[in-house]
Amino acid sequence: MTSPKTSLNRMLRDLCFVTIPIVAAMLILPSVYSNQLLLFNFVMFMTLAQGLNVIYGFTGILPLGYVGFFGAGAYGFALSVMHLNMSPVLAFFAAGIVSVVVGLLLIPLLRLSGAYFAIANMAASLALYQIVSNPDLAPITKGPYGISLQGVFSPSVSYACAVSVLALSMLAVSWLRNSTFGLSLQAVREDPISAATAGVSVARVRAIAWLISAWLAGLIGGVFAWHISVFYPDSVFDLGISISVIVFTLFGGSATLLGPLLGVVLLYSAYNIIGIGVPQYFQIMYGVLIVVLMLFLPNGVMSIFTSRGFRVP
Amino acid sequence: MLIYSLIAGVLFGLYFTLIGIGLNLIFGVMKLVNLAHGDFVIVGGFFACALFAAAGVNPLATAGLLLVPMFVVGVVIYYGIVRRLRLSRDAEMLSLILFFGVSKIMEAAAGLVLGTSEQSIPSFALGAGPMQLLGQSFPKTWIYAAGVSAVAVIAVYVYLYRTKLGILTRAVMDNDDEAVMTGINVDRICAIALGISLMLAGVAGVFAPFMLGSITPAAGVDLSVAAFAVIVIGTLGNPLGAMLGGIIYGISLMLMQTYMSSWANVLPNVLLIAVLLVRPQGLLARQVRSA
Repeated sequence: MTSPKTSLNRMLRDLCFVTIPIVAAMLILPSVYSNQLLLFNFVMFMTLAQGLNVIYGFTGILPLGYVGFFGAGAYGFALSVMHLNMSPVLAFFAAGIVSVVVGLLLIPLLRLSGAYFAIANMAASLALYQIVSNPDLAPITKGPYGISLQGVFSPSVSYACAVSVLALSMLAVSWLRNSTFGLSLQAVREDPISAATAGVSVARVRAIAWLISAWLAGLIGGVFAWHISVFYPDSVFDLGISISVIVFTLFGGSATLLGPLLGVVLLYSAYNIIGIGVPQYFQIMYGVLIVVLMLFLPNGVMSIFTSRGFRVP
Repeated sequence: MLIYSLIAGVLFGLYFTLIGIGLNLIFGVMKLVNLAHGDFVIVGGFFACALFAAAGVNPLATAGLLLVPMFVVGVVIYYGIVRRLRLSRDAEMLSLILFFGVSKIMEAAAGLVLGTSEQSIPSFALGAGPMQLLGQSFPKTWIYAAGVSAVAVIAVYVYLYRTKLGILTRAVMDNDDEAVMTGINVDRICAIALGISLMLAGVAGVFAPFMLGSITPAAGVDLSVAAFAVIVIGTLGNPLGAMLGGIIYGISLMLMQTYMSSWANVLPNVLLIAVLLVRPQGLLARQVRSA
C-alpha cells in the first residue's frame, strides 16, 4: 500500500493533468464549435462511462441495466419540475436522489453472481421503463407520450451543469484509483473471499460503489432532461445506451481515468461520422467491433500500455 | 374466461419453453449467455415469412428446411468465435457483450436485407380457423406451435438422457475440466450444443409470426429476456425445469393479459427478479447454487 502522501500526490497529478484540462476543454469548446447538442452528448457519454467505470471497473459487477439510473434521473428531474414546481437546480439534485433511491431498492440484486446479476439488472431497468411508459400512469408520468419541459429550457446553464457532473465523476474515479477504499474494492473484484478474510466488508463496499455509480448516472440523467427538454421514455431507458457505455469503457480500458474518456471520444466520433447516413452499416461495424474487442483486447486500449509496465492515469 | 386463459397459458408456455430450452442448453454446457438467441428466433421467422410470400411454402416445411442450415451456423459460430471466448479470463461476463455484438450485426443485416418494417404471415398458411380444445376454441396456429414445441422438448430430453452424445453433454455441463480429463472432446460437444440450440431457435422462429402477431428485427432482445426468465424460473440446465418455467410464465402472462392487460409486459421482468432473489437456483434444483 502506498503512503497517504503518495496517493494524495497521485490524485493531485490526475487532477492537474487530466481532470482540469478536460473539463476546461469541454467548457471552452461551445464557444469554438457551434453544435452544442453534440458536445453535450459527448459530456453525457463521458460521465456515464466514468459512472459505469466506478461499478464495473472497480468491482467487476456488470450492470446491463445501467441506463435505468439515467432514466430514473431524467424522470426524477421532469416530475419534480412538473408536479412540485421545483427550480431546475433543485430538481437536478432531486434527480440524483431518485436514482440513489432506485439504487437502494436494487441492492438485494448485488447478492447475485456474474451473468445472473447482469440479467436481473437489465430486467429491472426494463421493468422501470415499462412502469414509466404505462398509459395507465399517463396523468403522472405522461406515459409513452413523452415529456416536454420547455418552461425551464436553458441550454448554456444545463451544459455547464453537465460538465460539472463530468468533473465530479472524474474526481470519483481518481479517488477510487488512489485510496484505500478503491483498493479494497479492487481486492473484492479479484477475490471476494480473500478480501473478506483480510477484513474488507464485501457487501458494504460493493453497495457504496453501486450507489455512487447510480448517483452519477441519475445526476447526468437529470441534466439530460433539462438540456433536451423534450424526450420520450424509450429514449432515456434505451438499453442500447447501457451497452454503448459498457463498450466505450471496455474499449478504452476500465479502472483507468483516461480509458473511458478515450473510448467515448474515439467511438462516439466514429458513430457521428459514419452512423448518421446509413445506420445499418454503422450497426454492423459496431457489432463486429464489439466481437473483435471481446476476443482480442478484452482489457481495452489502455492495457497495451499497462501490460508493458507503464502507469497510465 | 379463466379456463380459456389457463389453457392459452399452457399453449404459450410450451412455446416459450421451446425458445428457452435452446438458451438453456448453451448456458448449461458453456456457462455463456447468448443474448442473440432471440435474434436467431427472429431469423427463423423471417425465413418463414419470406418463403411463404415468395412460394407459398407451408411454415411447417420451412421449420424442417431450417434444421440443417441452423445447425451448421451454430457449429461455425462455435469454432469461429465462441471457442476463443471460452479461453478468456471472464468468459461469462464478456459473452453478454459479445453476443450483444452478434445480435447487432444480425439486426442490422436483417434491416438491410428485409427492411425494418413488421412482417407477418396470414394464419391460413397453417390452416385457418379455430380448433376446439376442452370446450374452448383457440387459433389452430397456437395449437400447432404448442404441439411442435412439446415434441422438440421431448426430443431434447431424449437426446440428453438416452443417447451417448447426450450423456457426454451432461458430463460437460457438470464439470468441463473433469470432462476434458476423461478424454471427452469438449469442443465437439459444445459445438453440437450450439448447433442444436440454434436449430431449436429456428423452429421456434417459424411460429413467431403467429404467436407474437408480427415480427421486427428489433424484437430479438425482448425474446431473449423472456427466454432467460423462463429458464431461470425453471432450473438452468434441466429441460423439464425449462418446461415448468415456460408453463408458469405462459399462464401468468395470459392471466395478466386477461385481467390487467396494460401491465402484462412488465411481468417477465418482475417474475425474473423475484425468482432470482427468492430462489436463485430455480424451482427444480436439487442443491443450492452459491450466488
